[in-house]
Amino acid sequence: MTLVAPMDEAGVSAEIARAHIAREPLAIEGRGTKRAMLRPVQAARTLSTRNLTGITLYKPSELVISARAGTPIPEIEAALAENGQQIIAEPPDLSAFFGAGEAATLGGITATNLSGPRRITWGAMRDHVLGIRAVKGDGEVFRSGGRVLKNVTGLDLCKLLTGSHGTLGVLTEITFKVLPRAEATATLAIRVPDIAAGVRALSAALGSPYGVSGAALLTDGAGLGMSGMVALARIEDFAKSVEYRIGRLRADLARHGDATVLEETPAWRAISDLTALDAAPGDAVWRISLPPSAAPACCAALAPTSKKLLLDWGGGLIWFAAPPDEATHRIVMQAAAGGSFMLFRGPDSWRGSVPVISEESKPMAGIAARVKAAMDPAGILNPGRMRAGH
Amino acid sequence: MIRMPAPKADVMARRPEIIAGLAKLLPADGLITETIRMKPYETDGLPAYRQIPLAVTLPRTTEEVAAVLRFCHENGVRVIPRGAGTSLSGGALPLADAVVIGLMRMNAILEIDYDDRLAVVQAGVTNIGITNAVSSEGFFYAPDPSSQLACMIGGNVMMNSGGAHCLKYGVTANNLLGLKFVTIEGEICEIGGRHLDAVGYDWLGLITGSEGQLGMVTEVTVRILRGPEGARAMLAAFDSIPVAGQAVDAIIGSGIIPVALEFMDKPCIHACEAFAHAGYPLDAEAMLIIEVEGSVAEQDALLDRIRGICAQFNPISMKVAESAEQSLAIWKGRKGAFGAVGRISPDYLCMDGTIPTGELPFVLGRITELAASHDLKVANVFHAGDGNLHPLIMFDANDPDSFARAEKLGAEILLLCVEVGGCLTGEHGVGIEKRDLMSAQFTQGELNIQRSIKTAFDPDWLLNPAKVFPLEGNPAFA
Repeated sequence: MTLVAPMDEAGVSAEIARAHIAREPLAIEGRGTKRAMLRPVQAARTLSTRNLTGITLYKPSELVISARAGTPIPEIEAALAENGQQIIAEPPDLSAFFGAGEAATLGGITATNLSGPRRITWGAMRDHVLGIRAVKGDGEVFRSGGRVLKNVTGLDLCKLLTGSHGTLGVLTEITFKVLPRAEATATLAIRVPDIAAGVRALSAALGSPYGVSGAALLTDGAGLGMSGMVALARIEDFAKSVEYRIGRLRADLARHGDATVLEETPAWRAISDLTALDAAPGDAVWRISLPPSAAPACCAALAPTSKKLLLDWGGGLIWFAAPPDEATHRIVMQAAAGGSFMLFRGPDSWRGSVPVISEESKPMAGIAARVKAAMDPAGILNPGRMRAGH
Repeated sequence: MIRMPAPKADVMARRPEIIAGLAKLLPADGLITETIRMKPYETDGLPAYRQIPLAVTLPRTTEEVAAVLRFCHENGVRVIPRGAGTSLSGGALPLADAVVIGLMRMNAILEIDYDDRLAVVQAGVTNIGITNAVSSEGFFYAPDPSSQLACMIGGNVMMNSGGAHCLKYGVTANNLLGLKFVTIEGEICEIGGRHLDAVGYDWLGLITGSEGQLGMVTEVTVRILRGPEGARAMLAAFDSIPVAGQAVDAIIGSGIIPVALEFMDKPCIHACEAFAHAGYPLDAEAMLIIEVEGSVAEQDALLDRIRGICAQFNPISMKVAESAEQSLAIWKGRKGAFGAVGRISPDYLCMDGTIPTGELPFVLGRITELAASHDLKVANVFHAGDGNLHPLIMFDANDPDSFARAEKLGAEILLLCVEVGGCLTGEHGVGIEKRDLMSAQFTQGELNIQRSIKTAFDPDWLLNPAKVFPLEGNPAFA
């Protein structure tokens, strides 16, 4: 396999234009940390944006930053931290999970729309992308959005490309909204008897007026030195507010179980980065998104196969690890019927032959094919990454 | 004046058959064809433009919407989706050869789920109607456009409406989970659902803000949020616009994200004070309304910090609301700003560009110069935290020259917004109003990409035609 890593956007454009004319498929990646995600791409050449690096604009008082797609997330986080700011969606660092050994790029996190625990309250990556530069499948460079916080000018191709896994265009530069990092954080850890009780506690936390910014459920609290199942609710704010709010939350949620207040806890990083899932190297991992009230039944359907479950977003996001197996895959697809699923990680030999994300309705599948054809007429960008065909 | 395409002669000639066909799809009271009864549908919140459509349909169900769309598609008839008709950009303006599909009869709240924090509502439910339905439990629907008493959630989705509180809570796109979407072919599709971040292409994000170009929405699943313990506003008045702009920067730079941060200039302060008697400082060149949330003690602490920051910029006055009632009084002037300007000028055009907030002093100074060069007056009110400007250009619609100058000034202001790195529209949409300015913000290539997405949904360009995209170079309007 040949890796092409142009030094600039013009190079990306030239490489794609060439492949378009030659009708030669390209695997698209940043640093390739999520190569094991979704379906394997059959392509002799890989186009990487890893050399398109650097922050191109940062205006802390305007809450906006732009960086080239290949900029590593930690570099952006460090620049923001110098000004007391942060990436709102709390993107995961999945380098350990995927065994990648290096950090993800901004382009990769945007193209996969991956967000951490703060997503439940403050929105996903897709909610904060303000503008993009990208190259479509024939090499044409285009922009959408801009660098201002509010913009409804024209169709929102930022959202269309965010989460499109490099199948509609290659992101070269991304502008997004940032927010101040909170002065203090505290987490309420509540011991709960089962998943249903845990989800009820999280719903109560998210339905409180205290601005809970993380709501997760660990099926095994051992990592926190606690036994059994633990529901976690996080508050981030000015120190005085955190002190007040965590106290009120604790009192309001008292009926849901014994609670402890944790000042700083590595749990949120472990939840975001999926180390808390404790998946074995050979396990397949599924990501299921459901209304939280459907989580207990979903987990009940999965639990006989494997106990490796991790719930985030108030219970609406379920991570599930089990040995790769067609029967398990069918159980997951069925359990996710009221929402959507993604085969997040699996062995190459297997993930090419099963659906890796939920099916689309027939009319929308037709529109998707036409949109794909409009953006990538020769079908060369990450072919088959999301679904057979596109 | 903005040019609209000529009606298709063959469609106009077939009007009796088209009406007969539509009559088979809807109950008798769901179809309006008499000119006098179509009058209320001839315009929207941009009343300088009017056109009686071919017919108006008022479906009650998604299936009826689908049937009308299918019929129009099969017969090559253009369609104008319509919510409450509050669009400020002409987004609901009919064409003579088009059928209006009005959603105001689809006004049921179908489901409220506090555990999953969502509500499923029909597209014709008003924005405030959602909040009213959940407020007894302390919940609310966050986006709050100024027209929230009248505007409908279906229209909010199509325009990606914002409001005064989106600095903290985001705009419509950030507060949706799912849509019932009907294609021009009359296919009914579920987009998204009751869960976050559905897999596949982000149709939810693409359709939101698409101004009726891609299809119609008949049901919306919105996120509802638990409200804060309380909220309170304060005023800070300054004797210069640049200094007020610096205060805005300093507040945001300090790590505080107020739930709202509004800015008014002197003409706007005067108009609003005469209307609302909110105690606005009449000697100020610029005034900020800053709102914070939390318990009373938290509000006090935040307002103290903000007062401290504003104090560094020599304010001529500051006033912190002592109660929820005083907060409401402060907001009454701001929320009534458009109406207040309507009292002092026969007509006004409301602009909606967004700029990087650092460009504020330059842009406001330049707007004053441009207005003077056209012999017009402008009052400025805007969402300072996110740089979304609403210059209100005052004119007299009975004087064609005054209207022409107002439109020209409006275009110059929007081009200025683009020039400094901003955009044509922050929340009102392109509609017809900004359609011909799109080529100032996008290259022809970029516009063609957007057009190709539109074509993927609506191959014959029947949906809300002659809006959003310039007519030039478009075969559908040759």
